[in-house]
Amino acid sequence: MFKKVISLIKKEFLLEIRHQSGIGGVLVYSLSSIYICYLVFRQFVDVPVWNALLWIIILFAATNAIARSFLSESKNKQLFYYTLLDPKAVIISKSIYNFLFLLVITAIIVSAFILFLGNPVQDFSMFSCGLILGVCAISNILTLVSALAAKAENNSALMAILGFPLIIPLLITVIRFSKNAIEGLDRAAYQPYFIILISLNVLVFALSFLLFPYLWRD
Amino acid sequence: MNNLLRENWWKALAVILVFYTIIAGFLSAVPRLPILHETIRNLYFHVTMWFGMMLLMIVNLVYGVRYLSGSSIKDDIYAEESARTAMFFGVAGLITGMIWANYTWGAPWVNDPQLNGAAGTMLAYSAYFILRNAVADEHRRAKLAAIYSIFAFVMMIVFIQVLPKLTDSLHPGQGGNPGFNTYDLDSTMRWVFYPAVIGWALFGTWIMNLRIRLRLLSINKEQ
Repeated sequence: MFKKVISLIKKEFLLEIRHQSGIGGVLVYSLSSIYICYLVFRQFVDVPVWNALLWIIILFAATNAIARSFLSESKNKQLFYYTLLDPKAVIISKSIYNFLFLLVITAIIVSAFILFLGNPVQDFSMFSCGLILGVCAISNILTLVSALAAKAENNSALMAILGFPLIIPLLITVIRFSKNAIEGLDRAAYQPYFIILISLNVLVFALSFLLFPYLWRD
Repeated sequence: MNNLLRENWWKALAVILVFYTIIAGFLSAVPRLPILHETIRNLYFHVTMWFGMMLLMIVNLVYGVRYLSGSSIKDDIYAEESARTAMFFGVAGLITGMIWANYTWGAPWVNDPQLNGAAGTMLAYSAYFILRNAVADEHRRAKLAAIYSIFAFVMMIVFIQVLPKLTDSLHPGQGGNPGFNTYDLDSTMRWVFYPAVIGWALFGTWIMNLRIRLRLLSINKEQ
C-alpha cells in the first residue's frame, strides 16, 4: 500500500514536470489576481482586508489547481487505472500530492502578497502553521469534490459550486486563526481554533478515504 | 376509520399537535423577559423548524448510506425527497427567524455564527440539488448525490453545532442573553415547546411521505 502510494505520487510529479502548463497556469492566475489587488489598494490597508484577500486568492487558486486532478484524466485512462489500482491508494496519493502542490503554490502566493501588499504578520510561525493546516483541509475537500465533479460528466463549474459550501466552516475557522497570528495574540488564544482545524483535517481525510471507493466503482 | 387508527395515527397526531401549537402558542402565558417580551413565542415556530430540518437531514443521511450499500433507486428517492423537505423547513426557519430578528435585533440579518451556519447549510443543500440536476444517469446521480450528502451532513454538523460554541452568539440562551435555561422556573413553555417539536417533525415526515409516494407512483406509471 505504502509503496503504491509513493509510486502514484511520483507519477503525479512526473506528469506535472512534463506538462508545465498546469503549475504555470495556476501561478499566473494567482499572481495576476495579487497584482490586481495591488493595483486596487496600492498599499497595506488593514488586517481584516489583507487576511480576507489572501485567503480568497488561496481558495480560488486551490479550486483551479485541484480541478485538474481528476478532470484531466480521460475516460479511457480512468478505465486503465481502474483495472490496475486500489482506490484507497489513489485517494491517498491524490490527497497528498494535491496538498504538496498547493503548499508550494501557497508559499509563492504568500511571498508575492507580502511583497506587493506589505507584511503585517507579527507571529509568523503560527501564521504558517495556520496556512499549512488550512491548505491541507482545503486540498482534501477539493480532491474529493473534484472526483465528484469529474464523475458528473466533466462539469468544471460544478467544482466551485460543490466545494465552496463545504469549505465555508473551515475558512471561517482558519481566517480567525490567521487573524490572531497577524495580530500576534497570546498563544492561548489559538487553542479552540487549533483543535477545530486538526479535527476538521482528520474528519475530511477520513470521509474522503471512506467515500472515494464508492465513487471509484462505476 | 380503522385505517386511520392503525396506520395513519401519526398524521392525526401531527394535525392535533400543530393545532395545539398554534392555539396554545399564541394564547398561553409566557415569561416576560427583557428584549424578548412576546416575541419569545417564536420559539414554537422558529426553533421547531430547525429541529424538523435536522431530523429530515438525518433521514437524508441514512438513505444516502443505504443507497451506497444497496444501490436501490427507491432509497435515492427517499433521500432526495427528505432533502427537499429539509430545504423547505430550512427556508421556513430562515424566514421566521428573519422576521423575529427584525423586531428583536433591529435587522433581519446580522453577523452571527448560527446565521452563518444556517446560510452555509442552505448553500450546501442547494449545491446538492444542482449536483443532482447535472447528472443524467439515474444510478450515477444517486451515487454522487449520496456521497455529497454524507460529506455535506458532516460539515453541517461542524458548522451549526461546533463553530457557534466558539464565539458568543446573539441567540437567546447564548452569550449571556436570556434564553431557554431561564425558563426552567417557568415550565409552561415546555408544555408547548416539546409537543410543537414533535408536531412539526411529524408534519415534515408527512410532507416527505406524500412526495415519496407521488414519485413512486409516477415511476410505476412509466414502467
